[in-house]
Amino acid sequence: MKPPKFDYFDPETVEEVLSLLHEYGDDAKVLAGGQSLVPLLNLRLARPAVIVSLRRLTSLDELSEANGALRIGALTRQATLERSSVLARRSPLLREAVRYVGHPQIRNRGTVGGSAVHADPAAELPTALVVLDAVFHVESRHGSRRISAREFFRGYFTTSLAPDELLVAIEVPTQPKMTGIAFEEFARRAGDFALGGAAAMISLDPTGACSGAAIGLLAAGPAPLRAVDAESILVGQRINLDSARAAAAAAVADIKPLADVHGDSAYRRTVVAAMCRRAILNAGAAATEAAA
Amino acid sequence: LDDIELAGQLAMRVVRADVPHARIVSIDVAEAQHAAGVHLVLTAADLEGPRVIPLRTDYYAKQFPHLGEHCHPVLAQDRVCYVGQPVVAVVADDPYVAEDAAELVRIEYEELPVVLDAAAALDDEAPLLHPPASNEGARFERRYGDVDAAFDKAEHHVVAEFRVGRHAGVPLEPRGCIADYDAGRDQLSLWGAVHVHNTRDLLADMLEMPRSSVRFRQCDIGGSFGSRGGLYPEYVLVAHASRALKRPVKWVEDRRENLVATSHAREQTHRIEGAFDSNGRILAIRDEIWHDKGAYYRQSGPLVSDITVGMICGPYRVPAYHGVIHSVTTNKTPMTAYRAPGRFEGTFARERLLDHAAIQIGLPSDELRRVNLLTHEDLPWEPGIEIASESFRFDSGDVLAHYDKALSQIGYSDWRREAEALRNAGRCVGTGLGVYLDKAGLGVYETATVWVDPRGRVRVTTGAQSVGQGLETILAQIVADELTLTPQDVEVVYGDTDLVPDGVGSWSSRSTVIAGGAALDAARKTVQKALRVAADLLEVSPNDLVLESGRIHVAGSSEPSLSIWQIADEWAGPRARLAGDEPGLGAAATYIDGHMNYPYGVAAVMLEIDPELGRLVFHRYATSCEAGRVINPEATRGQVIGAAVQGIGGALFEDFLYSQDGQPLATTFIDYLLPTAVDVPSIDVFVTEDAPTPDNPLRAKGIGEVGVIAAGAAIASAVDDALGARGVARKLPLTPQQIYALTAGRAKLEELQE
Repeated sequence: MKPPKFDYFDPETVEEVLSLLHEYGDDAKVLAGGQSLVPLLNLRLARPAVIVSLRRLTSLDELSEANGALRIGALTRQATLERSSVLARRSPLLREAVRYVGHPQIRNRGTVGGSAVHADPAAELPTALVVLDAVFHVESRHGSRRISAREFFRGYFTTSLAPDELLVAIEVPTQPKMTGIAFEEFARRAGDFALGGAAAMISLDPTGACSGAAIGLLAAGPAPLRAVDAESILVGQRINLDSARAAAAAAVADIKPLADVHGDSAYRRTVVAAMCRRAILNAGAAATEAAA
Repeated sequence: LDDIELAGQLAMRVVRADVPHARIVSIDVAEAQHAAGVHLVLTAADLEGPRVIPLRTDYYAKQFPHLGEHCHPVLAQDRVCYVGQPVVAVVADDPYVAEDAAELVRIEYEELPVVLDAAAALDDEAPLLHPPASNEGARFERRYGDVDAAFDKAEHHVVAEFRVGRHAGVPLEPRGCIADYDAGRDQLSLWGAVHVHNTRDLLADMLEMPRSSVRFRQCDIGGSFGSRGGLYPEYVLVAHASRALKRPVKWVEDRRENLVATSHAREQTHRIEGAFDSNGRILAIRDEIWHDKGAYYRQSGPLVSDITVGMICGPYRVPAYHGVIHSVTTNKTPMTAYRAPGRFEGTFARERLLDHAAIQIGLPSDELRRVNLLTHEDLPWEPGIEIASESFRFDSGDVLAHYDKALSQIGYSDWRREAEALRNAGRCVGTGLGVYLDKAGLGVYETATVWVDPRGRVRVTTGAQSVGQGLETILAQIVADELTLTPQDVEVVYGDTDLVPDGVGSWSSRSTVIAGGAALDAARKTVQKALRVAADLLEVSPNDLVLESGRIHVAGSSEPSLSIWQIADEWAGPRARLAGDEPGLGAAATYIDGHMNYPYGVAAVMLEIDPELGRLVFHRYATSCEAGRVINPEATRGQVIGAAVQGIGGALFEDFLYSQDGQPLATTFIDYLLPTAVDVPSIDVFVTEDAPTPDNPLRAKGIGEVGVIAAGAAIASAVDDALGARGVARKLPLTPQQIYALTAGRAKLEELQE
């Protein structure tokens, strides 16, 4: 479990990183917190010729609030999210989700951007970002572009990022009023990848009916999924056991979770359904509380 | 181990089979050999001397003449039998270069059909791993009483099948070994083995060197648990490499290797039957067991199979028993002993059988156990069965009394009431019990010396080994007590074959009793000599002298007196010579163990199931043991809790699964789950000292393994209780999906999807 040979660069500016990515393209891998890439290197499952470390790009470690949105630098540590009072107020879903990521040691090193570009469908942050309709700020030598969360995640460990592009920041709208969130997952042990999970954000109108629902599924398919059918079932309804059950059933109707030694696909589907129902009910209850 | 760095040290990497069963067509090492930084590439053909790791003793080879054909080759010669088997060794400048070069070795295989199930491996058509030998490397049959007659007259006949998965010790630090050959002295120094003496002897034999030319030294090895014991092929390889290159060679296993190449354990299927009378009394037990031994027999041979079939009846009054165990090779990682080998598996099967029987007979399982547990009136209990080369004789204690005492101390009836109230409120809460009998202290003898350093220190040497269990503390206490000193005055030296030329080692919960017995004996001899010398120096009769707080004086008068240190100092060369005595103060002793000892106890658990997910949450966990005599309460507690955690791992998390074509599916910690601090409940430990064993001078029983034994049985029983469908959990580990499958969860999913 020693990595094969690679060339290592740790430039000081984003521009230099972009030049290196331009030069090496597919042969280069960007190293942020290293919590996924380093094990992949050690297991020799990834064999990049070039590693471009972002460790000197301290400007990408930032968390700020402006114009109804949070801007989270790609190098912001997961532990920073966990401890941020701004985040706790403005995006409680992200804060809830990040607490399920691995263990404290992992969150101390792991970055938000790293988790996003690694795009593991069983990872918590991508699912939360999809639910929040986050916007991904990406730069390359050719300029910058913004990618919506739904566009960003393409499939297993795949994003729409081009080889010469660098994720620099993620923008997340702050949580609206009369809205509640919940993040539910079940893993075999604390800190393991989930057998299944769900994130829900529910907004209520003044009558107490659901005026907006965003539901994401964890470990349910090739990418973090939005359960669009479930969302439309909920809008206009009161959030109760019946509506949550119906929405959860719709959410898992077409999913095919990947089987592994910890559970087959059918079982994982059950777990996702249960987590989805619980997330909807808990988010609904939180929204009611926020409205009161 | 990995902290040891020697000047000029090289690194070894092992190329392992990536197919489970194949004939080796060719091995091409040319490219690897010529890679920059590579010093040596070894294949089986390059090894001089014996190429197969022998059994530890010939005890089993005599019973099973074909067993030798199942032994593990150092490097594969013409075929490989499991994924992970060493085929080629590459020695290079550092671990990175070695791993790069290992990738350049090309091995062509012609794949052979695989067999992955112990029962299937006995079919006539099953592929043979070591032809012409049968896949059944050993079969033990144990029998006493008239079993058939008992079943004929039985009121109730209960049959069920139970399975325990494939686990391993998984120490914190993986295996490793460093060899440093000194050509001038023809001496090989090594670090990394647990059982240094036996490993030294076997390795010397394999290298065809005198045993005195091989020196093993102890280092902290990050956990043993049985899995680490013995001479592994990689140790032989570093020795060969160091001798060939005349440079130190280090091999440190990585975790992926650790999970496929360090011995696995458990994996048994029991088809167990019980005959009961109308009051629930056991009339007879039958058990047919299939034990998957993996591809080769390690040094311990079929010992674990032998122990398993010998101990099925546990602490119960079973008048007739017939057990058969098939010890079978399959295309998986070889097996060895891992904490409470055979007892974890057998106790699961037996306790589950008793739970089943209680339902069938219509008795509370608690009552069924109470009618059958051994009491002091049954002792000595010697039903006429052999366990690992000695006759089973249970001669001290009262299991029923301990059972009652432990349950009352734990407050088990309150747990049951609490669980019932929660069940009535709609929650799936259950309680469960497992009762166990352990055996401890296998392994014949142990050595010790005591030497009183006149400058104020007592040095004790022992042939046993510290593997993190607190051996140093225990032996220091035992010796300090005899010398009326404090444990701080005593240092314990172990694990260096030059400093301690002979010993047996630490395994089988033997160290306190056997190494402790040897240290006790050496300490007592030292005291005797101190009294004799003091009598000479003080010119009084030794019978008038007493030893108190490290000083010897005439009884009833504190002066004149001599300290232990003064006596050692005075008895240096000239004075001792004048008296015609050996100089100095100290003694050597070898403790020869007459008989194993048998601790027993209970594990009790209260847990809750989320039936929709199959999620299990512990509410309470307690475990008890009868320890005979506790030397160190904290060490005892630590041992019992540590073992219980490993039991919980085996019951809920750990399993080495294989794909249908024989590829291991658990090769990282993403797939092989160990319980973490968060997943383990607070464990209450209740220890009794009601039955000091008459078999050893310390009166102690070995408690290093007891905590693990009944964990699986108790947890499975509690799961059944929680689900209100008793007797359904038949297989360990109980994963969430399996627990879910035991519930009506499937129906709920369908309902949800409608």
